[in-house]
Amino acid sequence: MGGAVQVSASLKSGGELAPIMETPVVEIEHLSLWYGDKLALKDVSMSVSKHRVTAYIGPSGCGKSTLLRCLNRMNDLVDGVRIAGSIRIGGTDIHDPGLDVTELRKRVGMVFQKSNPFPKSIFENVAYGPRILGTTNRNDLEGIVERSLKASALWDEVHDRLGDSALGLSGGQQQRLCIARAIAVEPDVLLMDEPCSALDPIATAKIEELMLELKNSYTIVIVTHNMQQAARVSDYTGFMLLGELVEFGVTRQLFTNPHEKKTEDYITGRFG
Amino acid sequence: MTVKSKQFWGGGEPFIWLTGGALSLSLLLVVGLISLILYYGLGFFWPRAVLRATLSDGTTMTGQVVEREPVPGKPGEYRIKMKVANRDLYGADFQWVDESRIAKREYPADVAVIERTEWGALVGTIKEMRDGGQVVASGPQAWAAVERRLPEATRVRQEIRRIETREIGAINYEQEQVRLGLKKLELKGTAAGPAVDALKAKLGPLDERYKAQELRLSELRRGQTANMVVEADGGKQKEWPLALVVDVRFPNAMSLPAKAGYYLGRIWEFVADEPRESNTEGGVFPAIFGTVMMVFLMSIIVTPLGVLAAFYLREYAKQGAFVSAVRIAVNNLAGVPSIVFGVFGVGFFIYFVGGSIDRIFFPEALPTPTYGTGGILWASLTLALLTVPVVIVATEEGLAAIPLGIREASLALSATKLETTLRVVLPAVMPSILTGLILAMARAAGEVAPLMITGVVKLAPALPLDGAWPFLHLDRKFMHLGFHIYDVGFQSPNVDAARPMVFATTLLLLLIVVLLNLFAIATRNRLRRKYASAAV
Repeated sequence: MGGAVQVSASLKSGGELAPIMETPVVEIEHLSLWYGDKLALKDVSMSVSKHRVTAYIGPSGCGKSTLLRCLNRMNDLVDGVRIAGSIRIGGTDIHDPGLDVTELRKRVGMVFQKSNPFPKSIFENVAYGPRILGTTNRNDLEGIVERSLKASALWDEVHDRLGDSALGLSGGQQQRLCIARAIAVEPDVLLMDEPCSALDPIATAKIEELMLELKNSYTIVIVTHNMQQAARVSDYTGFMLLGELVEFGVTRQLFTNPHEKKTEDYITGRFG
Repeated sequence: MTVKSKQFWGGGEPFIWLTGGALSLSLLLVVGLISLILYYGLGFFWPRAVLRATLSDGTTMTGQVVEREPVPGKPGEYRIKMKVANRDLYGADFQWVDESRIAKREYPADVAVIERTEWGALVGTIKEMRDGGQVVASGPQAWAAVERRLPEATRVRQEIRRIETREIGAINYEQEQVRLGLKKLELKGTAAGPAVDALKAKLGPLDERYKAQELRLSELRRGQTANMVVEADGGKQKEWPLALVVDVRFPNAMSLPAKAGYYLGRIWEFVADEPRESNTEGGVFPAIFGTVMMVFLMSIIVTPLGVLAAFYLREYAKQGAFVSAVRIAVNNLAGVPSIVFGVFGVGFFIYFVGGSIDRIFFPEALPTPTYGTGGILWASLTLALLTVPVVIVATEEGLAAIPLGIREASLALSATKLETTLRVVLPAVMPSILTGLILAMARAAGEVAPLMITGVVKLAPALPLDGAWPFLHLDRKFMHLGFHIYDVGFQSPNVDAARPMVFATTLLLLLIVVLLNLFAIATRNRLRRKYASAAV
């Protein structure tokens, strides 16, 4: 059935968010993607609402990370990728040949599955994006770093050792540093590709708490393996299977009363 | 197989012993080699006691015992090799004596070992001190008189040397510049005119300066009238000018601290002085300087070349059969005999590039080549070619080890590929680059064959870096410790006397390589600490 499920349809069926006006930031229409001859995404259509957390769940290899990486065109780096359909972010077609991909990535930040701080100091990690965008004034940079680290709830832990190597931080701290680094350039959308998959439950709880904070300022799209996590943090959830977006809707709705049999099977664990 | 033997083999115990044994064997070889070098290299400078052996036929031999070995064909008997020195009196520095012929051994305190600027050492008793043919002091007072006059004589000798090399050298250099300037103008077709006159006007004052220095030289030389008379074995006497004495010592009368002080002085002389006596005496400073400078030049050339090549291979080139072939070719390049690189250096750098530079920029000096002959620049370039595979391989391995994650992180922060390469990849790969550089430096410092044909000489008249403009003379020939070892050890007219020098020079070369490496390793470790490069 492809991406026929629309957000509006889910909203009408009554979630607590229904009365609020939703502004779509990302609009995906009939997106298909091939790695060489292999079809990885099949005619996906959906939209992501502003200042909401949108989660993709699904079994491994279902294409949820691929979909996420389409949004900041990270798939460009892979040889032999072909795309059909369109993605608009803030009304701009991101595959417009006139669009500078670095402009896009300035507006769409990303946090990866494995924490990947640069082998530099904590300060330099956060200041990296602003520096790339041309901020050279030390005071400005210090302000940005402090604000970003505070926003990612890391400031209290590291404010007295900003010059230390980022690689000396714990896994959870590293991941929060990566979040600070991504929000230092103030993107509109923050993509998170299984950000907690390598973390222990305490660190995971911290990141989830952080996401709920961050959604006041950013639009967050998260890919997760963990259905409880999606249920806890997201406002909307999409279930993907074999490259298709099977169902997309308000999270509570999707988890308590899914329309599709496949979704139900997956969330109740009947699905292998 | 019994259970027990299965346990024995399966437990891996024999394999541990095998691997440990292999390591011990390698270590043993290395330690043995280094001990040998240390023993001969450091023992060279120690002031050995001087033995006066009275033979059964009544003749005496005075000298330092260098070696002791069994007499061939006579079991149980030994013979000793004595450094009797006095080459100009006896014709040979070394004599073998069978111990059975020695009737009496003594170590007289008044035997002096006199280091001279020519003819090697003089061993004997100081009998007289003469000035202008007149005997000033004799007998026991002779040494006191010599000791009084020696510092002044040494100062005058050094002053003469300074004038000859520095002052007159500078004047000659300027004269040559004027001559070349005139030739240049002549080639352009201006044989007369204000430019020519201006140049010719410089010659007058230069000539004046030259004459003044000549005058000063002849004055100084006239003052060198003091001679000493030394009596050697068999009553042979030698009159020798104090001006040509480097050092006088009485090894048998020296206390241990005095010997130690003398020992350190000799080591300093070895490191800081210029060579004498066709390199078999004196120091090796120009060779140290040449070696270090050549290695630095090579590093400056090879690092950017190798790093850029590696970046293209790993970061930009489309990985495939061709790139793999290039990679294999680069690896194999490291196995090409170094002399082949030398031949390439001569053919391409010296004859082609250097020859072209001469024709275009230095036509006035032809047919004397400026860059069209061996020089430190060409030697460094040749060695850079030789070592570039090492740097490429090390850098490439470093690049391959950088996780994709941090590149993606940078790109996701809207950095371009170039920005990512320069700001993230390059700093992260720096330790690997330095590893490559360390290997390259170790290789280059020990290399001799390609240097022999691209610019190293037995004795270079001037250092490649000095006070005359443009200070860095890349066209100059230079001395090198590796070649020095070969030259002193195998090309010297007096191999016996030069042999300890070979070990001392080897030791020094080893030390320099170790020092250069330590410097690079320290830098690398500092970078590593800075980036604390754990697995990301």
